[in-house]
Amino acid sequence: MLSLSKETIKVLKEQDVVLLRNRVKEVAVKIKMGLVNQTRLITAASELLRNMLRYANGGNCIVEIVSSGRNNGVRLTFIDKGPGIPDIALAMKDGYSTGKSLGLGLPGTKRLVNEFDIKSKVGEGTTVTIIKWANG
Amino acid sequence: MERIPILKMGPFLLVTIQVDLYDRLALDLEQDLVKMVQKTSAKGVLIDISAVSIVDSFMGRIFGNIASMCKLLESETVVVGMQPAIAITLVELGLPLNGVYTALNVERGMALLKSIIKPANDPAQDGPPASYQR
Repeated sequence: MLSLSKETIKVLKEQDVVLLRNRVKEVAVKIKMGLVNQTRLITAASELLRNMLRYANGGNCIVEIVSSGRNNGVRLTFIDKGPGIPDIALAMKDGYSTGKSLGLGLPGTKRLVNEFDIKSKVGEGTTVTIIKWANG
Repeated sequence: MERIPILKMGPFLLVTIQVDLYDRLALDLEQDLVKMVQKTSAKGVLIDISAVSIVDSFMGRIFGNIASMCKLLESETVVVGMQPAIAITLVELGLPLNGVYTALNVERGMALLKSIIKPANDPAQDGPPASYQR
């Protein structure tokens, strides 16, 4: 997979979420992603950003345009130095939440994107990577 | 501080969301709206989201909360003007907004509100038309 462009955006407060959503939208439009996929991607980003702000007080988001064969896509990497997730399998279950949310964030996000990867170490932080292909 | 305006229209309150919502703004709207329902004894609340491009689980939950809170204050809530892409995304996310009345546009939303409110004065009818899912 080839990375065609890459930028890092800091997310430390709620208003940054709107900023990042707009940036993701711009990038998605650039690779001619359809409106429904754009909406899926931005919603997924919004869920992950919210997690990052709530559980880790913010972090960084890397926004990339990636290419694999004839496919172009947007890859977003969310990196935080929060408390980490002790049981990822549990966190990925629908309806499970340690906060007071609905527990849809992680499993819901996974359904909205084409590729979803989560790595977490307790006490060190969490990294979530998602990819949405333009025509995926 | 940024705030979303709430307009009074007869027995109803009308909210048109023209900006991208972030959490604080949505929470403020929830509070303002519930207070306003009490203050004006509004019978219905119409929320127009036709200009909203993203509804994530948090905002979805806010809409659900608003509907439940207003219900407790004897007021019905209708969310109107949802973009198709948002409908797709919400269902895939696992948040089909059960318990919130929806209508295609403001006009139909108003008609729906009127049909829900009417039965209170007219015991011959009961409840909203069956075609609207609650």
